[in-house]
Parts: sequence; C-alpha cells; structure tokens
Amino acid sequence: MLLALFADVHANRQAFTACLDAARSRGAKRFVLLGDFVGYGADPEWTVDTVMRLVEEGAFAVRGNHDNAIGTPSETMNEVAQAAIDWTRGRLSATQRAFLADLPLTREEDDRLYVHSEASNPVRWRYVQSTTDAARSIVATSAHVAFCGHIHRPALYSMSATAKMTSFVPTSGIGVQLLKGRRWLAVLGSVGQPRDGNPAACFATYDTETREITYRRVAYDIDTAANRIRANGLPLWLAARLSQGR
Amino acid sequence: MVKSLIASGAVIDGFTIGECVHQGGMATLWSVTHPDIAAPLLMKIPRVAEGEDPAAIVSFEMEMMILPRLRGAHVPACYGSGDFARQAYVAIECIPGETLYRRLPALPLDYDEARVLGVKIATALADLHRQNVIHHDIKPSSIMFRATGEAVLIDYGLSHHNHLPDLLQEEFRVPFGTAPYMAPERLFDIRDDPRSDIFSLGVLLYFFATGMRPFGESETMRGMRRRLWRDPQPPRKLKSDYPPWLQEIVLRCLEIEPGRRYPTASQLAFDLGHPGQVKLTARAERLDRDPLLTVWRRRFNQGIMMPRPKSDIAAQLAASPIVAVAVDTSEGSDETNAALRQTSERILATLPSARLACLNVLKLGRLAIDRTLDEEGHNKHVDRLVALKHWASPLKLDENRLTVHVLEAVDPASAILEFAGVNQVDHIIIGARENSTLRSLLGSVSSRVASEAPCTVTVVRPQHAAGFAQTKDDRDMPPAF
Repeated sequence: MLLALFADVHANRQAFTACLDAARSRGAKRFVLLGDFVGYGADPEWTVDTVMRLVEEGAFAVRGNHDNAIGTPSETMNEVAQAAIDWTRGRLSATQRAFLADLPLTREEDDRLYVHSEASNPVRWRYVQSTTDAARSIVATSAHVAFCGHIHRPALYSMSATAKMTSFVPTSGIGVQLLKGRRWLAVLGSVGQPRDGNPAACFATYDTETREITYRRVAYDIDTAANRIRANGLPLWLAARLSQGR
Repeated sequence: MVKSLIASGAVIDGFTIGECVHQGGMATLWSVTHPDIAAPLLMKIPRVAEGEDPAAIVSFEMEMMILPRLRGAHVPACYGSGDFARQAYVAIECIPGETLYRRLPALPLDYDEARVLGVKIATALADLHRQNVIHHDIKPSSIMFRATGEAVLIDYGLSHHNHLPDLLQEEFRVPFGTAPYMAPERLFDIRDDPRSDIFSLGVLLYFFATGMRPFGESETMRGMRRRLWRDPQPPRKLKSDYPPWLQEIVLRCLEIEPGRRYPTASQLAFDLGHPGQVKLTARAERLDRDPLLTVWRRRFNQGIMMPRPKSDIAAQLAASPIVAVAVDTSEGSDETNAALRQTSERILATLPSARLACLNVLKLGRLAIDRTLDEEGHNKHVDRLVALKHWASPLKLDENRLTVHVLEAVDPASAILEFAGVNQVDHIIIGARENSTLRSLLGSVSSRVASEAPCTVTVVRPQHAAGFAQTKDDRDMPPAF
C-alpha cells in the first residue's frame, strides 16, 4: 500500500491542494496527516474542513503544537506565531476547534508510528535537530519507522542494531529503502511553510511493501498563498518567508 | 539472528544454491541458478553469525541498497536481494575470470600495459561517479574485466551513494577500508568526495608500474596518517626509465589536497588515453620528495582538511566536463571558427575545471590509398595540428586544459562520435552546415552528430548580415540540424 504523508500544512490551501493532487496522481491509498494544520497561513477553515473530510475517509491525523494552541494557549510560542494562532482561533467554528483538540498525539499502524514532533515525549514538542535527538525518539518506540514533522526541514535518521546513528538529508524524488535491520525516524519537510531553502511544498510517499520512502517537492501558487496572508492582516513576514523557503 | 538458510540445493526466492565458491572475511559467495535468468549468477551472503564483525552487516546493508541501483557494463548486474529478516543476500551476475589481484606476482607491468589498465579503470570509475556513487575501496581485488575488455568494479560494501543515507557514517571510529589505497581525506571521515577514488587509482597505477606501494603496507593509524603530509617517492626515482607523462599523471592522482588531483575520472582517463598530450609540469621530472620544510608545514598547518559543506557529486562532475570542439581548418570557414571560439570561450569561462579537446577530421578517400603527405610533401596531419593550436591560442587556456586531435577518417561524423564515446566527452561544439548546395547534398555532419551523440551538442551558426542569410535554395532545404 502506498501511503502519502503530510506535515505542517499551516493553513496553506494552495500548497496542501498541490500536494494532495500530487499524492493522488501517484496512487496513494492512505493519507497520514502529521499535525500543525493551522497557524501561519490564511486558510484555516478550509484546511481543517479538508482534514476532517480526509479523516472521515480513513486518513490518520495527529495533533501538532499549533493545533494544540487553539484550545490550550502556549506560553512558549513566539510573537508572530502567537498572533497567527489568535487570529486563527477566531476563524474556526466550535466543531473545528473540538476536532483539533480531540486529535491524538500519536497513532500506530503495523510497525509504523505517526507523531508530530518526536516520539519520546510528544507533548513537549521538542525539535529533532541532531542524531542525539533522533536517537532519543527512536529508542522510545518499538516501531520500525516513526514519521514526524515539526521542524519544517526534511531529514532521515537511522539506528543500527548496535545503536549507531546515521543522518541524511533526503534527495527529493529518489526513494530510500528503510532497511529492516535498523530503525528509522523520517522527519518530513513542511507542506505549507518549508524552511530548508527550497520554497516548494514538501510531502512524502511510503510504500509499505518495499519499505521505500520518497520525499517529494511540489511547486504551488506561492503568490496567492502569500497574498491571502497579507490580505488577512497577518504578520507580513509570514507571507514573505514562503517564497524564500525559510 | 535467523539461522542461515544457505546450503547446496536450497532454494531462496527462486534461486537454487550451488557450490560455495569463495569464503571472504565479510561474506561468502555461492554459485546459484534461476530458471528465468540465463546469465551465470553468484549469491553473496554476509557473515552475520554471533561473534562476527558488525561491520559485515553494515557494509552488506550498503551493498544491498547500492547494487540494485547501478547500471551498465562497469558493474555486476544485480538480480535480487533479500534482507536480514529472513536471509540476507544479493544475487549478482557472475563475472568470469579473476580480479586484478592475480596480477600482483607479475608486477611491475610495462608502462603501456599499466596505462591501458588505468584507462579502463578510470573509465569505469567515471561511469560509477556519474551514478552518484563513490566506490571507496578501489584496489586490485575490487577490479575485474569483461571478455569485451571493460573494467568491472565489484564490492560496494564501503561505498557512498550521494542520494542514500551513508550507513558507515558513524559506524566506525577509525576509517574503514584498505589502508595502502586510502585517500588522505578519508582519515577525516570525508566520504563524499569522488576524488578519493582517483587517489586510490593513483596508488594502484604507481604500484603496478613500479612494483612498490607509494605509502607502503602499513595498516596502523599512524602509518596511514603519514600520507597527510608525506608525499611518496617520485616513481622516476625508483625506475630511471619511468616516463615523465606517467609520473605527471600518477603524482597528480596522489596529490594530498583533493582539489589538486584530476577533477574527474573522465579527465584522468582522457590523459591516460593521450599520453603524448599530457601537459608536463614540475611533477613530471621530479626525482625527490618534497623538502622537509614543506612536509613540516603540511604537518602542522592542516588547513586543507578543514570542515567543508557536503559535496554534491553530480555538481562536481558537471563543473568539470570534457568539451570537444570540432574545428574545420579549411579555407572559408573563418566566420564559423570565430563563432565556435566564442561559444567555447563562454562555456570554459564559467567552468574553470573544464577541459577542451579541439578536433579536426582529416578526411580519407574511400578507395584511394591515402598518403599523409600531400603533393608538395607537407605532412597534412602536422599541418592540421598546427592550425588547431592556432585556432585555440586566443582562448589562452592553460596547456593542461587543452588538447588537439586530428582524426583520420572516411566519415567525419562517425569519427567525431567515436571520439566522444571513447573519451567520455560531455559536450560537443560543432559548426552548422555551411550554406552550399554541395554540403546540403552530402548531408550535414553537425546534424548527424547532434542526433547520435551520447552527450549534449551545441551547433554554432555565425550571425549573417541581414538579407544575406538565406537564399531561396536554402529555404527549400530541411533545417541543418
């Protein structure tokens, strides 16, 4: 079965639409939504509705820190993120807010774990920035592979049977077989606000038979997404950063 | 760990196990057959039992990831693999014959034989690097030859693939590989520079034509580290008849700083393929190693090996192409030749590691017995070489970036295409067909080169003054390319 995995959509309707289309055209049968559906972008209502519909159709979704901050204001969020969350909260219906609040922090399926930040303590929303961080997440789960997002920069970590770590920045479009003999942490890039220098939207596909993960980049209408942010009075930097991919 | 399922007569994924043909330190090799595959096959099984070296597992994982992605004549074809959950194996094409290791008792080889081996191995390396893979264990026992002559590189357990995770990255505290052949930068855990393979091939060439290993056989860290500051004895000190061109090539491969080596294996193959055109520098004549002061400076100023960003193999190869320009030296082609020079200049200006091969075809008659001397006794071949050098001189290229070649052939297009194929040319620049009825009838060399070349072709057409560019006849003709 071909999975399509999406992280950090951040209410970017144009980017999410482009990624969903690309995933469907590749024959993805199951969608996995790794959280942070809202915050930063200007289309939270459409995004949450889309996620709710996908979940009804069988997709898996987990809660991200921005989704969490809608119901439980965060004390650690920076000013710009906070402004976007406050704006978003006013846009969402009670049903949509309840949907986000009720999302689980993790989901497991066969030998796979889905989580927004990392697996060792999901509610602390720690970033995976090094092999040490990745190792902490990997040892906390028995899954063969955990998929996460949160940091908005794609990376692929593995741990060997003797607990040696490897790190790797995946090349988009080139599949990597997640070998059975080791355990993996696949950190996805962001759909709606990439920060790795490449402004194209990022998602991944994973073939459960061949165990091959492919990170993919999709061009989308950045101008419209940025204009929507400006038109709605959100902080201007949130619009500017989209075309810079950072 | 699952118990090995391997025994003569057992069947795994359709492969029937035959005899064990080799027991190595990291893996065993078995002959196998498959009803759907006619080629002779080998199955490589890692040694993963209790107490075996964990390196065997990791290097097998690398091989399992890399081998199925490789294509072409210079690698063994891969027909299947199995993972550690059941029985780890790779099923690969059995290359008949022995590895180059068997030639060791015959060393030193004569210079030309070593040169020809070098061309074949460098060509294979270039092909591997183009597939984003660095071998990292180039040595005689990793090299075989097909009956058709091509070198085949085997054993990818230490290799690096630029688009795959490097599982050896943090696995070992000391660099893993074959000490006498290991490039100095490997001691700093740099695993993504294809020029490390060029260094190893330099060691092999040095060894094969002198009988001596340039850095000895020491396997200790201390012994390996010496190559960071101590250059090897120049081969000419060991053998007085050692050709300067070969010393130039070999010592360039063995430069401590990767940036001073050949930028690509294709460029190395090119020089080995044209020894008469190798630009000799001070390296070629040296009889002594670097003075102690230089060695001490290197030892205590190891700035060359400072951390650097991850390299992109494809970008490095793309920055160092072999460009061939086909120049017509006959009367009346000045305009086209000026345009060719301008185009070449533009390409070379952006790519400081590119090299330019200037080609001219000396057309032979189909029937007459050709003479290289014309009626007035001039040597046509030499005249053409002189004309090519004259054409190239305004480019002001370093001599080590420029070569000139007169190809004697009946069919110019075929000669250019063959040159491009043999020399792994990345880009051909050629003039468009001149507007003459005779050339139109004969067909255009440039159009055939453009359609059949294995690489990028730029067809150059000089700008004509308005109103004279086309005659009615030309407009009726199909486009030149």
